Amino acid sequence: MVNTKVDLCGITLDNPVIPASGTFGYGYEFAELYDINMLGTFSFKGTTREMRFGNPTPRIAECKSGMLNAVGLQNPGVDKVISEELPKLKKIFRKPVMANVSGFSVEEYAEVSERLSACEEVGWIELNVSCPNVHGGGMSFGTSCESVRTVTEAVKKKVKKPLIVKLSPNVTDIASMAKACEDGGADGISLINTLMGMRIDLKKRAPLLKNVTGGLSGGAIFPVAVRMVYQASSAVRIPVVGMGGVESAEDVIELMLAGATAVEVGAANLIDPFACKIIIEDLPAVMERYGITSLKEIIGGAKNG
Amino acid sequence: MKNIILTISENIPLTENVWKAVLTGENAGVPVPGRFVNIKIDGLFLRRPISVCDSDDNSVTVIYKVVGKGTDALSKMKIGEKLDVLSDLGNGYDTTPSGDKPLLIGGGVGTPPMYMLAKKLISEGKTPTVILGFNTKKEIFFENEFRKTGAKTIIATADGSVGIKGFVTDAMKDIEYSYIYTCGPEPMLKAVYRASKTSGQFSFEERMGCGFGACMGCSCKTVTGYKRICKDGPVLSKEEILW
Repeated sequence: MVNTKVDLCGITLDNPVIPASGTFGYGYEFAELYDINMLGTFSFKGTTREMRFGNPTPRIAECKSGMLNAVGLQNPGVDKVISEELPKLKKIFRKPVMANVSGFSVEEYAEVSERLSACEEVGWIELNVSCPNVHGGGMSFGTSCESVRTVTEAVKKKVKKPLIVKLSPNVTDIASMAKACEDGGADGISLINTLMGMRIDLKKRAPLLKNVTGGLSGGAIFPVAVRMVYQASSAVRIPVVGMGGVESAEDVIELMLAGATAVEVGAANLIDPFACKIIIEDLPAVMERYGITSLKEIIGGAKNG
Repeated sequence: MKNIILTISENIPLTENVWKAVLTGENAGVPVPGRFVNIKIDGLFLRRPISVCDSDDNSVTVIYKVVGKGTDALSKMKIGEKLDVLSDLGNGYDTTPSGDKPLLIGGGVGTPPMYMLAKKLISEGKTPTVILGFNTKKEIFFENEFRKTGAKTIIATADGSVGIKGFVTDAMKDIEYSYIYTCGPEPMLKAVYRASKTSGQFSFEERMGCGFGACMGCSCKTVTGYKRICKDGPVLSKEEILW
């Protein structure tokens, strides 16, 4: 018997597999297909103070081994998440859930995080300072060490649950960004959010996305995720949640060897709604194939050699 | 929603660039007209959403226009090849408010969902009239199939090469109807919306990520709030459209 359990900021996960925010809604669509309680946990749709529609469509474009999205943080706002989504979620998901929070000011991040962290269903706050698809918010907080530290400190003061800061890959030095989160009091970091990209329609000679640019996700970005998880986890002592193009149990193990304590799965859920279920079911056999008896023992294992 | 492996049992051109494929497999049926399937194509990241034209217990018929890499690859697939399909997606048309004389209006590759809808309405004892709009004679497909359902079928072509010369709205003028069902390009939907004298249901198209409501890629604003075209649509009622 292999052991797939990991500890993420003091909460034990049955396995390290976590559907990433924005690719899993509030879980309902997937709960129609399988029991989502088999997941480690999941990170729900990024929540802001006010309700947001997001960007105009088209918001989706395809590319080789991946896709671009420019959804722009569509969500019902924190009031409705607390009054409607969380009670509904409680009926289908028994584990602590990861609450993904975004915002347009330090105050908004702090307020929304404080309110969600007070909800019993919430296990962790994942602070999204890395959305590339909104203007004046999201990623603009996550691309300088100073601002990421400021927002982390402000939120940390307000929350009673572990705080995980979700970082952007659109930076020069990911290690210093990770360090800034740790210095600001973060209990963990997660990375990578999407890479900024763009496609052009040859017939129309115009951008495919109405927002012009979008975030690149899918298998295409996996090697970038491995590199950044490796560099970020080497710079900090707090746990790192790895993500970016994960599509298989082998990918989960690779990111853990790079230094991830747990692994989020994003775009793969959109193509195959069973992706996380399959990865979790495949994990024991893949662990055995590589001589792994306990997943938590391989975290950062690629750095030992 | 169901994830199902289907076998191609027919894949033939109907016009220069419009194809018909029949996909078969146990429990393949899509019971409600206006729903769609989302097909995985080898080598392409996103699935391709295609509306259902017809279905029985063990088969789904789709009609698609070759417009890009996905539909081109699909058109080259042979009988016997298998497809990974997310099926029975979307809300589909509700036939309860149709009245006795519903009017069905399809434009171009928006006509296929009208076929299954016409058959369903007839099976419910109603007398649908169908208007099919195309640019020109050589783009027309499924005219005979529609006639065989027993529905009164009117063709409109923009260049007048067949049937009424003009748009579907020109063909609507002299018809008495109790309700409208339509699917087609957005300018046509808008024109039908403006010309329509009754309530109705309109089917929309949008670039999709997942096709089952998870990614918010295809959202639109409506009178009753934000809706996902793939999950809360693709069919919206006339009263909730913001035009």
